[in-house]
Amino acid sequence: MMDAFLVVSPGPYTTVQDRGRFDYQHMGIPVSGALDSFAFRIANLLVGNCTGCAALEMTFTGARLEALCEADIAVTGAEMTLKVNGKPEACWKSIRIHRGDIIRIGTARSGCRAYLAVTGGIDVPMVMGSRSTYVAGRLGGLEGRILNERDIIKRGSGALLSSPRSFPSIPLYPPEIWLRAIPDDHADYFVGGAEGFFGSAFTVGVQSDRMGYRLQGPELFREEGAPKSMISEPVMPGAVQVPPNGQAVILLCEQTLGGYTKIASVISPDLDRVAQAKPGDVVHFAPVTLNEAHAIYRDHTRYIAKLATLLSPSK
Amino acid sequence: MGDIGEFFSFLSQYMRVMRRGFVLRKNPYQKGRFRINGDRSLLVDYGDDIDLTTNRKVKRMAEILSGERLKGVQAIIPSYRNISVVYNPLEISVLELRDQILLLEDRFDQTDASVRRVVEIPVCYGKEFGPDIDFVADYNHIRPDDVILLHTAPLYNVFAVGFTPGFCYLGGLHKRLHTPRLDNPRLSVPAGSVGIAENQTGVYPLETPGGWRLIGRTPLTLFNPDRPDPFLCGIADSIKFVAISVEEFDQIRQSKAP
Repeated sequence: MMDAFLVVSPGPYTTVQDRGRFDYQHMGIPVSGALDSFAFRIANLLVGNCTGCAALEMTFTGARLEALCEADIAVTGAEMTLKVNGKPEACWKSIRIHRGDIIRIGTARSGCRAYLAVTGGIDVPMVMGSRSTYVAGRLGGLEGRILNERDIIKRGSGALLSSPRSFPSIPLYPPEIWLRAIPDDHADYFVGGAEGFFGSAFTVGVQSDRMGYRLQGPELFREEGAPKSMISEPVMPGAVQVPPNGQAVILLCEQTLGGYTKIASVISPDLDRVAQAKPGDVVHFAPVTLNEAHAIYRDHTRYIAKLATLLSPSK
Repeated sequence: MGDIGEFFSFLSQYMRVMRRGFVLRKNPYQKGRFRINGDRSLLVDYGDDIDLTTNRKVKRMAEILSGERLKGVQAIIPSYRNISVVYNPLEISVLELRDQILLLEDRFDQTDASVRRVVEIPVCYGKEFGPDIDFVADYNHIRPDDVILLHTAPLYNVFAVGFTPGFCYLGGLHKRLHTPRLDNPRLSVPAGSVGIAENQTGVYPLETPGGWRLIGRTPLTLFNPDRPDPFLCGIADSIKFVAISVEEFDQIRQSKAP
């Protein structure tokens, strides 16, 4: 391991994330991890890492970093301007950087979260099986917190690329998205049932973060006598809960239990799109059955596996 | 398609009938009931209420499932009345998973659930550690000393772990201690604080915001990710509170490794 970057300016919410912390959910430790797992994985593949290596997740605006060693980096996810020593560079491709280089990642023009991967992966201590930062639990990442000015970021060891890599099919992050979701058994607690929910458009609220996205839209009224909340039970990322105020929330990766009535669950492959939605964006939901969801999951996994082989020609 | 679709449509119709007028059935269920919890989790319900028998069933089944390490199962997350079984749909179909779980339920009877650990948690009640102890006493028309007596008497059952890392929701609080939450949650509750919310009690493992009425504090560290076992107690344990003095509080705190 070696020093990789000096943080000149961290951006508003930059954390170290990997695939997540899966083994302690029964103890109240949420999975955390990169919110857009697709962009995160591609970033790692572009610099020759395994997809489990940690990367930086930057929100709204990127970081300014000074390189402390030679390495390959790749920036993926939200469309942020990337400059190395003032010279514009493309995202979704590997870039060789050298000691003293200044890497500047700007504000997102589309999308919300960008990922920076580096040769060998970001090196922070493994905490309970993961390097992911869980800020509310002060766990993982760099001292369990968001990055600060003057932090030193280390990287693991890994071979530099013999030839540059790029990813041609860059996802678009439009300001209006459709998310596929499985209606919940409790959807009929609400007036109009699942149909009312799936027929509505919602706006992403400003209080949206890695824990959950608050949606503003038509109030989802409960049927007379329907319970407002229930006994807390395990929740998964993608669960759409409706608190008593009738405004839906998409739960993400920083909560293990929830007690509000669930109306639907966003399918896992579509959570990457939630990660790139920003306040003000419009969200629609489309119903799918569990069978359809699993077919989509299968295709999505195959697609990523294929990308991995295409991007890592040597392996 | 037919098989799985039919199974779940039967299930959801059944649930709808049961819920007519939103009257829920009583605990515990003879067999687990299944609910879809998104594309990667199956919820197995063992009852509708916060109830000791139901919760014991949940915990026993979570133990069995964790020990079994079924192919394609990634996590077992128990809570008050149900278990979330997180699975990889590419490795196990939801119907296979349901069948395997139903099969494992047969072991309920053969097992000995008596070997439970009792975790003793020393608590310094009142003073600056428990600023709400007088409120709890007044609210229930008892003396602060009775709050301590009543709170240290029972062996508490851990119903669920969540909210923050290692936060154990404890049931079995004496009726004379039931107290509503604060109207305005505190922005910061010190780690180790012991609180009451309605019929529940618990210890804050981390300094976090919180709305529970605080009656004392433990010098022990409930959660430390750097320890080999990061958690002092978990869902399989029972909890007993022991009253200590300020001197003992300081002693325990000082004797702990930094």
